[in-house]
Amino acid sequence: MILHTLIDYDVLRVIWWVLLGVLLIGFALTDGFDMGVGALLPFAARTDIERRVAINTVGPVWEGNQVWFILGGGAIFAAWPPLYAVSFSGFYLAMFVILAALIVRPVAFKYRSKRDGARWRATWDWALCASGAIPALLFGVAVGNVIQGVPFLFTDDLHTLYQGAWYTKFVGLLDPFSLLAGVVSLSMLVMHGGAWLTLKAEGAVRDRARRFGSVAALIALAGYALAGLWMAYGIEGYRIVGAYTTTAASNPLQFEVERSASWLSAYAEHPWIMIAPALAFAGGILTFFGLRAGREVSTLLFSKLSILGVISSVGLTMFPFILPSSSDPRSSLTVWNASSSHLTLFVMLVSTVIFMPLILAYTAWVYKVLWGKVTEDDVTGKSDSVY
Amino acid sequence: MEFGIVELSRLQFALTAMYHFLFVPLTLGLSVVIAIMETVYVMTNRPIWRQMTKFWGTLFGINFVLGVATGITMEFQFGMNWSYFSHYVGDIFGAPLALEGLMAFFMEATFVGLFFFGWDKLSKVGHLIVTWLVAIGSNFSALWILIANGWMQNPVGAEFNPMTMRMELTDFYEVMFNSVAQAKFVHTVSAGYVTAAVFVLGVSAWYLLKNRHIELARRSITVAAAFGLASAFSVVLLGDESGYDATLNQKMKLAAIEGMWETEPAPAPFTVFGFPDQEARETHFAIHVPYVMGLIGTRSLTTEIPGIAQLVDEGENRIRSGLIAYDALMHIREARQTADPAELARFEAHSDDLGFAFLLRKYLDDPREASDEQIRMAAEDTVPRVWPLFWAFRIMVGLGFGFIATMIYFFYLASFKGMRFPRPALHLAVWMIPAPWIAAEMGWIVAEFGRQPWTVDGVLPTAMSVSALSITEVALTLAGFILFYTVLFVVEVSLMLKYIRKGPVQDVEETEAWFATHYDRLGGRRESAALATPAE
Repeated sequence: MILHTLIDYDVLRVIWWVLLGVLLIGFALTDGFDMGVGALLPFAARTDIERRVAINTVGPVWEGNQVWFILGGGAIFAAWPPLYAVSFSGFYLAMFVILAALIVRPVAFKYRSKRDGARWRATWDWALCASGAIPALLFGVAVGNVIQGVPFLFTDDLHTLYQGAWYTKFVGLLDPFSLLAGVVSLSMLVMHGGAWLTLKAEGAVRDRARRFGSVAALIALAGYALAGLWMAYGIEGYRIVGAYTTTAASNPLQFEVERSASWLSAYAEHPWIMIAPALAFAGGILTFFGLRAGREVSTLLFSKLSILGVISSVGLTMFPFILPSSSDPRSSLTVWNASSSHLTLFVMLVSTVIFMPLILAYTAWVYKVLWGKVTEDDVTGKSDSVY
Repeated sequence: MEFGIVELSRLQFALTAMYHFLFVPLTLGLSVVIAIMETVYVMTNRPIWRQMTKFWGTLFGINFVLGVATGITMEFQFGMNWSYFSHYVGDIFGAPLALEGLMAFFMEATFVGLFFFGWDKLSKVGHLIVTWLVAIGSNFSALWILIANGWMQNPVGAEFNPMTMRMELTDFYEVMFNSVAQAKFVHTVSAGYVTAAVFVLGVSAWYLLKNRHIELARRSITVAAAFGLASAFSVVLLGDESGYDATLNQKMKLAAIEGMWETEPAPAPFTVFGFPDQEARETHFAIHVPYVMGLIGTRSLTTEIPGIAQLVDEGENRIRSGLIAYDALMHIREARQTADPAELARFEAHSDDLGFAFLLRKYLDDPREASDEQIRMAAEDTVPRVWPLFWAFRIMVGLGFGFIATMIYFFYLASFKGMRFPRPALHLAVWMIPAPWIAAEMGWIVAEFGRQPWTVDGVLPTAMSVSALSITEVALTLAGFILFYTVLFVVEVSLMLKYIRKGPVQDVEETEAWFATHYDRLGGRRESAALATPAE
């Protein structure tokens, strides 16, 4: 097959770097509000019927939303195999905790309302809260670690080794900067969940969601600003030193990498990327006022813009780095040395170009069919067809 | 057996995969059964068929969610526990996993929500389309994951790249239309259909025994028996044997399944029963049926099936050839961009056997320093443990023929004997419910245990595929999974039983109204039994 040479290898790599971002953002925008609703559940909804309303606002869609995450995993595997191999095994116990949450959450949605007992339901309610809040926090913690670099190195035959005993590997993830990043992602998704409940619920649930959501928006904004300052003055970035090619075979050990200056010097080199943090701040502020004023569709939209800004600002700031290594900078994974082969990237791009528009079309159709508020009448006496 | 990181990781993968496959076959089959039932509803407009769709749909939902949840573990485990595998073959293996998400998961997960929540929001035909899309999406996901698995059994369309130290894709078409993958797909999906048919048959038989929901149970049996008959034939006849001549390891798997220690003159006999003894290399108390193995294994009277001893010798030759490739590769890696063309040529000539040299990694760090004895030991390692394969295969096949017999019997009674089922037959159907799960798990043992000592046949040994984790980490997650999955299993089975006991929700008014309007056409026969739901 020579068709794939129509698109240059480095162009394909950049496209797949963008698509990686699209998948992560797609996940945060869709499954993000499911997790936010889960985290808010015990607080925004107090009685059983209120909780059923809150759960049923995401009931028909969480399953499809979660596929963004699964596809994210699959796409990293297919397009960035070294990233998949290093990050999933390097963050081993943290991944297990996320996995546990992602297993409990579907079951909690599905099984909670299948029995009447108060204890049964209360247990699942807390399971929904934890399985929404914990991954939301840990995703941010992971990003915080990636920004600072992760202690791993490649042997000559590309086995991955990690520094530290198993407990330091796990507890070591929770340094102050990473925890701050975790707080940003948790509050961001709670804000998003608040915006979603404002749109889909009524009465007391909606009022409480607005209140919690607007507080979360403020925390997310403050945390994001603080993390930016911290990166400007307290964290060194990574640079590839010397000449390098962007089209060579993916051998992670081929570049010389050093730590110097701040990541934020990227903004001096490419001022246009300012648009990402600007979007993050503007979206967050507008979401705050939208929630206060009780606007619905526009608030959800602003919340989405804010998330889009936050996530893309991280990616753009670090480009071309994807996963820097703090213990052996030479092992760092970048856009130019950690991708799949030319042919695989091409085959996957063709598949994505065919299927992604279809997915977006039918997902949009499903949301349209389900448009409108979920009321208490919608869930009363229908325990067989709704949650 | 020493219990190190490799064994723990294998145990974890086996447990989580087998647990995942408790839910998958029922999802595959029941999604189609439900879609068939709803199709009948839309065509005939009879409310009973919608009630059937909803009732089996509720059970489908309880099962589906655990299939989804435990499937996430599978997708993450490659990176978590098998990071060298992920690096080494991710260029090929990752693509079907991503395509599974793009083509299948999105479809089934997006529409499954509408299946449950959309009854009042969609037209009849609209909802039917949604149901079919769920079924198609589920079956597509089986296709892609089996393309990935088929590649591990028969790695076509890829070659090793010394620069990146990994396998890279050369022909996607070959990976997609890998004969092993296609045979596996038909076999696995049919097994799922049989599972759903036996499940629907068993639950319905239980209702008939309890004299409850008669009309629902009878119609369900009709669907299950017809659907099950076709799939039981398909699962046995289209077993994935067609791939057993593809590679050395597949031949080894076949020989191990048969306990065939030495090459037998064609056509080889089939060993129905016996106790394989790995040490002595013989099968005690063997009962042979002449010719049968040669016929099913090669579909010819003259082709020989190689025995284990012969295959070990072939393996030894390939290890020696692989060592040449390994030596050349080390020189190429040292020289980086300026590799000697002579070394490259030497590597190319032997690169197919590189994986065999890696088998020596278990014994020493640099395979080039291996003694003849170590090479012999590594060659012996290419033989999987025979007795689990031997027995798992026989249990699977035995149950397979059992399903055919059951389905023929119930199909005959349902179609030609006016649904007069003897009570012992109904009891048998209830007791049969676990059988397809046992058969399916045995099938996976044959397929994956038989693949050992490789993760990717002839390319990458299992021992080399693991992540550099500590025993504590893997032991912790293994304990976590066992605890977690046990609780979920108890919860799921209790909910299943609760909803089976509760039975279908019948809309009495609607059913009455329907019979009133169709009274004449039905020749005055009131199917009042449809409404007879004795109080619980």
